[in-house]
Parts: sequence; C-alpha cells; structure tokens
Amino acid sequence: MRPWVRSAAWSAAGAALLAVVVVGSAAIGPVRIPPETVMKSVLNAVAVPAGIETSAGGVGPLPIPGVGPLTIPSVDLAFASPFAFPVDSVHQQIVVGVRLPRILLAALVGFALASAGTVMQGFFRNPMADPSIIGVSSGAAVGAVAFIVFPAALSTTIALPLLGPVEVALSRGAGTSLFAFVGALVAAFGVYAIATRNGRTPVATLLLAGVAVQTFLGAVVSYLQLQAGESLRQIVAWLMGHLSGAAWSEVAVTAAVVPPLFAVLLAYARDLNVLLLGEEEARGLGIAVERTKRVLLAASALVTAAGVAFAGVIGFVGLIVPHMLRLVVGPDHRVLLPSAALAGGTFLVAADTVARSAAAEYPVGIITAAVGAPFFVYLLVTREVTEL
Amino acid sequence: MSADRSPPSSLPDTALSFGDAPLLSASDVAVSFGDLDVISGVDLRVEPGSLVGLVGPNGAGKTTVLRAVTGAVEPDAGTVEIGGDPAASLSAKQVGRRVASVPQATNLAFDFRVRHVVEMGRTPHLGRFDAHGVEDDAAVDAAMAAADVARFDDRSITEVSGGERQRVLLARALAQAAPLLLLDEPTASLDVNHAVETLELVRAFVDDGDRGAIAAIHDLDAAARYCDEVVVLANGGVRAAGPPESVLSASTVGAAFDAEAFVGRDPATGAPAVTAFPHSDVESRRVHVIGRGRPTARVVARLAAAGHEPSVGVVPPGDAAAGAAADAGATAVTAPPFEAPSEATLAAARELAADADATLAVGTAEGRPTTADGPAEVVGVADGPNAEVAAAADRVVPVSPDASGAELLDAVAATTADGE
Repeated sequence: MRPWVRSAAWSAAGAALLAVVVVGSAAIGPVRIPPETVMKSVLNAVAVPAGIETSAGGVGPLPIPGVGPLTIPSVDLAFASPFAFPVDSVHQQIVVGVRLPRILLAALVGFALASAGTVMQGFFRNPMADPSIIGVSSGAAVGAVAFIVFPAALSTTIALPLLGPVEVALSRGAGTSLFAFVGALVAAFGVYAIATRNGRTPVATLLLAGVAVQTFLGAVVSYLQLQAGESLRQIVAWLMGHLSGAAWSEVAVTAAVVPPLFAVLLAYARDLNVLLLGEEEARGLGIAVERTKRVLLAASALVTAAGVAFAGVIGFVGLIVPHMLRLVVGPDHRVLLPSAALAGGTFLVAADTVARSAAAEYPVGIITAAVGAPFFVYLLVTREVTEL
Repeated sequence: MSADRSPPSSLPDTALSFGDAPLLSASDVAVSFGDLDVISGVDLRVEPGSLVGLVGPNGAGKTTVLRAVTGAVEPDAGTVEIGGDPAASLSAKQVGRRVASVPQATNLAFDFRVRHVVEMGRTPHLGRFDAHGVEDDAAVDAAMAAADVARFDDRSITEVSGGERQRVLLARALAQAAPLLLLDEPTASLDVNHAVETLELVRAFVDDGDRGAIAAIHDLDAAARYCDEVVVLANGGVRAAGPPESVLSASTVGAAFDAEAFVGRDPATGAPAVTAFPHSDVESRRVHVIGRGRPTARVVARLAAAGHEPSVGVVPPGDAAAGAAADAGATAVTAPPFEAPSEATLAAARELAADADATLAVGTAEGRPTTADGPAEVVGVADGPNAEVAAAADRVVPVSPDASGAELLDAVAATTADGE
C-alpha cells in the first residue's frame, strides 16, 4: 500500500478513536450524561457564519471635509446555530462549558507532545528521546514557577512615551502560561546556541547540551521552590501537569498554534525518514541537513512549548506514545507522525478522564506515568525489540 | 549480476548528462581534522565512461577523499567540480541528483523495509509535496532487480545480513539515477559471487558511456581487473595514477603499502595480480636461480619482492619461472625444450651464475631432496645442461620446492654472508 494511503487510513482510524474517547470522556463525571446527549450538546454549540450584520456603534462621526460628519458602522459576522436539539440546559452547560474545553485541551496537548516526541526520537535516532530533551520542559517550568513565586514583580506600570503610564498585569493563569511558553523557547534556543558551531549542530552535542541545561534549570526550579512559601502547592501541581480549569480561550490559543506547526512537521516527514539513515547519507540524498534540523527543532520546540504552557509538564506522553505506535505502524514518519499525534491526544484525554474521575483530583502527569510505564514494559516484554 | 543477466539497459535511466565535461574534477584538495592533515594535494578526475579505483593502505585517506567529493567534509583547500560546476555552488539537492554514494557501513537504527530504503534514493528527485510517481517506481524496481535485492524487498533492513544490506545500499544509489557513482569499499562484506557481480554491475553502469564511477577498493586484483584508472593513495597524497597495468607496479605498491610486493598476472583474467609479503629488510643481492616450473617461479617472485635481483636459466620459454622473471623485470635465459641449448645460451647462463652473489637450485616436486639429515642433495635439477650452469657458480644452495619465503631469504643471507 502507498505510504500516504496507509497514512490516511491510520489517521482516519486514529481520529475516529479520538472522537469516540472525547465523547465518552464528556459523558463521564459527577453527573453522568448519556453519549447521545453529549453529541447533541456539541452540535447545538456549533455556530457557522450566516451573514454580515451592521450595527450603529462603529467609528465616528468623523469630520470629512466637504461631506460632513461620517459614521462608519461596525461590521460583524453573524453566526447561526444550524442545530437545535432539545437538551437539558444544565447538561448543555456541563458538556460545552465545563468538560469540553478541558477534554479538547487534553487532546491538543497530547497531540502536541506525541508529535514533538516522535520528531525528537527520529531526530536523535534514539527511541528514548522525548520532547523535553532540548530543555523545553525545564525552561517552561522555570518560567511558570518564577511567575507563581513572584507574581507581583511581574505586574508593573510601564510609562510608554505617547500613551502615558500603562498598567501591565496578567491574570495568574495567563501569566503562568505566557512565562512557561517564553521560558520553554528561551531554553530550547539556549541549548541550540550552545550546541551550534560554524552553522553545524551535531546531534550528540545537542543531546548533551540539553542534559546540561536541563540539570541547571532543574536547580533553578528547586531553588524557586524553596522560596515559594504559600504557593508551593500550586508549583507542585503545575510541575506534575494538570488540565483542570481549562478555558475555551486556552483551547483556542493551543488550537491556533499546534495544528499549523504539526503541518510543518508532517511536510518534513520524508526528510525525517532519510535523516534516520544518518546525516551524511541524508546529505548525499539531497537533504539540506542543517536547515532541516533547524526547522524540525524550531517547530517541535514551539509545539512542545504550546503543549506545556497551559498544562504544565506532562511526562511520558511524548516518550511512550511514539514508541508504542512505532511498534504498531512501523518507522515511516509519513504514517507514524499523524497516527502517533492522534494517539497522543486520545491517550491524554483518557488519562485525564481517570485523573478527574477519582475521589480527589490527581494531576494528570501521575496518571500518564502510572499507566504509561507498565504498558511500555508490557510492550517490551511481549514484542521483541531487537535493536534500538 | 553477470552481464548476460542484467544488461546495462536494465539500470535506471540517468536523466542528467554533462556531455564531455568530466563528471568529477578535483584539484589540489586538502582536508585536515584539527592539526591532522588527512589528505593534501589530491587531484582526481572521473571522465564519462570510466571507473576509477582508489587504492591505498588503511588510513591513506580514501574515504576522506570520497567524503570531500560529496561535501560531507569541507576541503580546507582546493576545488571540487561535479559535472563542470564547483561543488560548493550546488545545493544539496543538486548534488544528490549528480552524485550517488554507496557508503561503507551504516547503522540503521529503525527497521525500515528494504524497499523503503531503496525508495529513499529517489529523495533528490522529489519535491516536498510530491508523491512517488511512475518514473520513481520504475527506477526503484530496476535498481532492486539490478542489485539482486528484489527477493527480500519486504524484509526489515535490520534483519538482512551485512552483505545483503550493502547490496540494498547499492540499489538505493542506483535508484538515485545520478551520473556519478561513489562507492566506498563496495565489496568489503560481500561473498565472492556477489563481489564480482557488484563490480560487473558498476562496470555495466559506466560502460553506458555518459556515467562514471569512483570506488575505494582494498582488493588490488579487483581494482586491476575492473578499473580503467587506478589512483594510489598513501599518507594522504596521490602516489601514482593511471591505467592499472602501469600504476600497479611492484615499486609503487610496495612503497604505498610499505610492504614487499610482487606483481604478476592473474592466470584467469590476465589482469595484474598483486601479492604482498611481509617486510624482510634484506640486503639486495644478485641471485641466480636454477629450476623450472611453479616452485621456481615462486622463488623468483619472493626474491624480487624482497629487493634481490634474481635471474633464471636455463628454462624453456613459456615456463612459469620465465613468466615470473618477466613480471619481475629479471633476466631469464631460455632454450627450447627437448634439445640441447646452444653454446651461446649456456654461456649466458653460466655467466649469470658466476656473477651472482648466490645461486639457488630449486628441486622439482618429483625429485624432492631429503632434508632429514644433513644438507639436501638436489635431484633432477642441476642435471643436463643446468649441471654446467651450477658448476659455474661459486656455491650452489639446494632449495626444497616447498621452502617458505623466510627459509629462502635466510638461505640467501647465510650464503652471501659466508662469502664476504
């Protein structure tokens, strides 16, 4: 079968499974909601652009010479809901307002971590690599923990030259995410800069630079935890990974960042295959190796950063899911990358469902590790892994 | 891949052609790793239709030369032109369309199917969003058939043997359909059958006319048999270059490999056949050899390789000993068999024997001297006319037909030391 046909088949199967798990997860919770009600609620929430409507409150009136005062009306897209199933409004609110953002964030984060993990394992030609290997997770942790420990210092008044003093303040959640995102990218870029000489970035140097930076940032996080005082519990929760309290805005931001970057990674799937032969051979086969490596590193760092910014450090998804899928679909990244990404989303949705169904809510990172590690061991024992 | 099973037309078509421009032209190339100069002043040319063999001892820089051509290492000095254009001005993709490499060894960490690995050869011909087309499939099929890997196309590359893997990499390079083929020890882990078939395939590849190949080959006999030109590398520089018959001389090979070499003829192919011996560090002597046939030829070859100046006679023309003498550039006095040699011939042989520092009489297999007690008496050699030759010598040392090289050289050394 053609690789892209296989890819489409596996992706369709993965997407179907993800959809089933999403609906199932939305049905589970303190209030049990039948799956068909979940689907009706989701469809009710769908809004499509139906036309353009104008309203009076636009710009103006503007004094236009010769014409007189002109008021430009504001133009808005009008949305219409094509579906109107009769659903209990409480159920509707629970599904769409509470559960769905959390589930979709879990799906997106799992998708992001698994795709970045797949790329990193191929990039480093090492199945034990994961998205945190280039310092992304530790950088995110430093950023997030710093914001949690010193929130006041980060709400400042800046005197802008024209507009006068502007109060810049971030809400706690948004600030943590922003600082985590920025911290992740700074750490990844730092690792890349350390490992790059004369425009060449040897993979082995990159790996070791990643280890060094991770160790250093780990020390910084430990120090910050000592200074944390009251907010220590919050830090621990962030470091373990959590999806509680997810908002639609977070889903929207993640959805805007992750899929386009995933498309970039998928476009490089064949190059990633060739890179597995070794860099010198890849060059011989017409791959611009250093440029390809930069693209792959930048895209996976961004994808991972987007994944950890809202959800914190969730381990094992980026390590184990690509490995599991490689055993199932083989090493061809044209097939592996989309199927691993979708499986990552499915896995994290399922893990988070367990996390929030327990009597006391657990950080999802505990669940992913507790479920993932034994499954990994099961795979190793039952399937012959001849070579790494 | 004997020639009748895979005619050149079954190889993937090469789209690119550079007309009369050399496929590869490297001049004064130097590469150093840190303070270590690996190669320097290397000049190379690969013309369309020719197979160039790169030979030399381990560490001579053969692989580094090939890597400098592909751009895997950047030369510190000198220029590399591929198809008339400076390699540095070509993009990776352009180089991939012009040069296909068969690497020496690869460690494939992930278990790709064999066919998938060969398909990767098409990478330089595909845009980022192109799927494999009919042309790509045809090239992959042809390459797999030519390299004899189609039988296990669905096996994992990690499951095939080392030799099979090397042929998979050859198939990948053929699928790349580039006019210049670079091979680094292509026969290193192949059995004798596939080694010959691989070289026949490369020969067919270049005989097409527009294509060329350069191969690092450790097997000098194979290089002599298949290459149009041989470049001898030693200590990071080109020691000799040219047709195999002229380049693969005892002195060039001996100097390049720091060994004692004898270059004879392969009886089956007629190509130069190189035999290397360990160092003996003997003082050069004039040695006359009396005897016939292969045992005597062997003695002459070993003496010549050690730096002695052998001569032979009287032997029938066409005798193996006469052939060895000719290959060694030594004098052989010949006379037709079954008749008495002329007085002039005998005189010449007597003079050589008298002039020599030592004269060795090699026994025949039938008349093997007994060496159990005391000095052996040579039977069946110094009889007839050769008895006269032996009589002319100061001293004659009998040599068993299966004496080792070391015994031979010791005998010469002992004899000549006594004489001083």
